[in-house]
Amino acid sequence: MIRACRALGIEAVAVYSEADATAPHVREADAAFGIGPPPARDSYLNVAVLLRAMKESGADAVHPGYGFLSENAAFAEAVCDAGAVFVGPPPPAIRAMGDKAAARRRMLEAGVPVTPGTGLLGDVEEAVVAAGALGYPVMIKASAGGGGIGMLPCEDEAQLRRGFASAASRARSSFGDGSLYLERLVHGARHIEIQIAADAHGGVIHLFERECSIQRRHQKVLEEAPAPNLRLEVRDAMGEAAVRAARAIHYQNVGTLEFLLAPSGEFYFMEMNTRLQVEHPVTEWTTGIDLVQLQLRLAAGEPLGLAQADVKQRGHAVELRLYAEDPAKNFLPSPGEITRLVWPSGPDLRVDAGVENGSKVPPFYDPLLAKLIARGDTREAAIARAREALGALVIEGVKTNAALLARVLDDPAFRRGELSTSYLSRLLQRKPG
Amino acid sequence: MATNVEAQITGSVWKIEKAAGEAISEGDVIMILESMKMEIPVEAPLGGRLAEICVSEGQSVDEGAVLAVIE
Repeated sequence: MIRACRALGIEAVAVYSEADATAPHVREADAAFGIGPPPARDSYLNVAVLLRAMKESGADAVHPGYGFLSENAAFAEAVCDAGAVFVGPPPPAIRAMGDKAAARRRMLEAGVPVTPGTGLLGDVEEAVVAAGALGYPVMIKASAGGGGIGMLPCEDEAQLRRGFASAASRARSSFGDGSLYLERLVHGARHIEIQIAADAHGGVIHLFERECSIQRRHQKVLEEAPAPNLRLEVRDAMGEAAVRAARAIHYQNVGTLEFLLAPSGEFYFMEMNTRLQVEHPVTEWTTGIDLVQLQLRLAAGEPLGLAQADVKQRGHAVELRLYAEDPAKNFLPSPGEITRLVWPSGPDLRVDAGVENGSKVPPFYDPLLAKLIARGDTREAAIARAREALGALVIEGVKTNAALLARVLDDPAFRRGELSTSYLSRLLQRKPG
Repeated sequence: MATNVEAQITGSVWKIEKAAGEAISEGDVIMILESMKMEIPVEAPLGGRLAEICVSEGQSVDEGAVLAVIE
């Protein structure tokens, strides 16, 4: 983000909690403001302190990144009310997609297919009746949910009865809202998402798809573009649906429509991320469009300057997410100090890292350490480059998922592009080697 | 014989589920730690009586810190 600002001649101000005082982004920015103690609620989620940093620094705009308050409509409103520009969609568009059950209704009205499901459920008895009509297996989902929290698959009525109350209480404690609904669970489905961009003048385009099926705990581990083995007419239909969805909520700036793709070729809207995605680099490298620069331009009111036909997908890109966690212990996080670190480097490789040699990885935030993005003319070439980069990576002091990433890249099923959201759990059930 | 229940990870205490003095069975969740946005349940390694809870909600704990004592 700092580099995108520089490229456009914009000064960048970073904010940091006490745990991140020595982080690389603090040094790279033109100015940096401390915003409080390590726990996120006291710093990165503290709107009053963030607004003070904004005013004191004289910033004209706020880029919310892709975590914390990036999908918080109240924060976006507070930034606008303070006279600055929020680099993201208008608050009503964030709100329209933040309530997952309401978003499903809006999408149905706009002609975007959604997974068969229910409205909000009053209690477990209502859920049991609704699930009977819907057909098992079903997935319990939290209306205010995100990041997989509050989601629970149920194969039958007994599981639904057992899980309903705890899903509601988890949703209540995590999001302050315990409302639940059900969706039919689609077996063998892939998670494919469409990147869109919209300006303030009615222009909406999509920037093609990303394949994001490889996940643990409903969080992505490896993403790529284009999606392997995706029929062109299905891809185009998804792109058109994504543009319709964005128009329906008067969206502006960049955003992502997440779809489930069933083995039949039918696809269903899951949710929209009203912000930049972690995996945006694979789109940047296959379309040649810098999404952060585009965000800044759109936030400044500029038109897209691109028609759909101008956006071309070229070559292939793969992103590996390096997490501080132990796959052998059910992905238990592994905070600590990085005692030795050598990033791979070279052509067709990009490393977006939040840590460096000697960094302390604090227990307060997400375990994502870095993203390794590789590209090639073909999928095989991009995978080979990614594999080579992993081989050259040295990281000691914290446990990481690097060996698991290598196993995925070496797996013949992955290489054949045989993917579904249960891919990783199946791979882990098999013995390594 | 008292058994210490230790934190298997650096993080903070999110929620304490049991109180000192309670009878507990092996596998019962005594408390939930939070680290890197993940909830990590701390289960009783054996059954007995929960003699002591050594931490409070919101407190930071290091890996290996004693969280509770079972008798």
